[in-house]
Amino acid sequence: MGEMEQLRKEADALKDQITAARKAVQDTTLEEAAAGVAVVGRVQMKTRKTLRGHLAKIYAMHWATDSKLCVSASQDGKLIVWDSITTNKVNAIPLKSSWVMTCAYAPSGNLVACGGLDNMCSIYNLKGKDGNVKVMRELAAHTGYLSCCRFISDTEIITSSGDCTCILWDIETGTQKTSFAGHQGDCMSLAVSPDFSYFISGACDFTAKLWDIRDGNCRQTFAGHESDINAIGFFPNGQAVITGSDDATCKLYDLRADQELITYQDSSIMCGVTSLAPSLSGRLILAGYDDFNVNIWDSLKAERVGALAGHDNRVSCIGVSADGMACCTGSWDSFLKIWN
Amino acid sequence: MTSNSNLSSMRRTVEQLKLEASVERIKVSQAAAELQQYCLQNAGKDALLVGVPTGSNPFREPRSCAVV
Repeated sequence: MGEMEQLRKEADALKDQITAARKAVQDTTLEEAAAGVAVVGRVQMKTRKTLRGHLAKIYAMHWATDSKLCVSASQDGKLIVWDSITTNKVNAIPLKSSWVMTCAYAPSGNLVACGGLDNMCSIYNLKGKDGNVKVMRELAAHTGYLSCCRFISDTEIITSSGDCTCILWDIETGTQKTSFAGHQGDCMSLAVSPDFSYFISGACDFTAKLWDIRDGNCRQTFAGHESDINAIGFFPNGQAVITGSDDATCKLYDLRADQELITYQDSSIMCGVTSLAPSLSGRLILAGYDDFNVNIWDSLKAERVGALAGHDNRVSCIGVSADGMACCTGSWDSFLKIWN
Repeated sequence: MTSNSNLSSMRRTVEQLKLEASVERIKVSQAAAELQQYCLQNAGKDALLVGVPTGSNPFREPRSCAVV
């Protein structure tokens, strides 16, 4: 038997081994385990603020860690930093490339980043000496669009790309520290674990992968979705991963049981999930869909317990502030809304 | 040569699968219990879940009466 044939057999055997090992620990389901918990009562939130100012579709937003400021990116070629309480624009940063798809706020509050069809991640210093916000670094190496970026610190950022890889960058030198390859389709989204030691990526190969930031290895791969994964997030305790897909479902995968625990779906929902965010306790999952709505799910019972209706076009991004006080939605209708 | 790169790609796939197969797994009952516990323990602090009293909602204008 040739080596190729041998390797193929070995791969198939390993896949069967993983399937069996997952089944061996499946002594119950989340549904059964949570049977004694009552479904959350109807969740009703109101729009408290509308952030107006962008002139085109909003593609991304990210809260600052102070739960007050947030940054949004629009294909009008601007990054806007907002004070969500006063609705004032703190910064309006013109971009070299208007084809922006993602933005991020550094945990320190000093930097913001964005990128898109220019295949680059541009870092901006908000706290420059003369008060002007300027490009600090342009991180170029990806051979495909930048779909998502998240800061680890002021010196490190992780990016995901349409070139099927993710990269950990050293911002000071502008160079790649680690490349994370393995996905067989465009990487669409990433999220960093609360302790900053892992990150997860969702891709167009319908899988989510857990990566060790320091050693560059993919530790676990989660399959089950039947289409592209567009959105991904960590459950707040860092032990589980939530994904949102074009297959109209969201799924929760537990990292330590190494398997899917539950699917959030409803026969009346037939459009893709674009974005998602868990509430502070993880009990609620807010998911944005192509049909302009946000559905709110009880994460333990997989029941829809509410909806946010108010945008006139697709909800492209959603984020819950760090203190859990509010949820922000961004839409192709060019507005951001703050809800609680 | 394509055949060489296919071979090395397949070798990498097998190495990766070995790594993923070696993960230590806990029982679903334990994982589910811990997720549930986290939700219930933090429910009180979760404003979107339990609601925010108007007075302490930073996103709402306080309606106050001034004593003239």
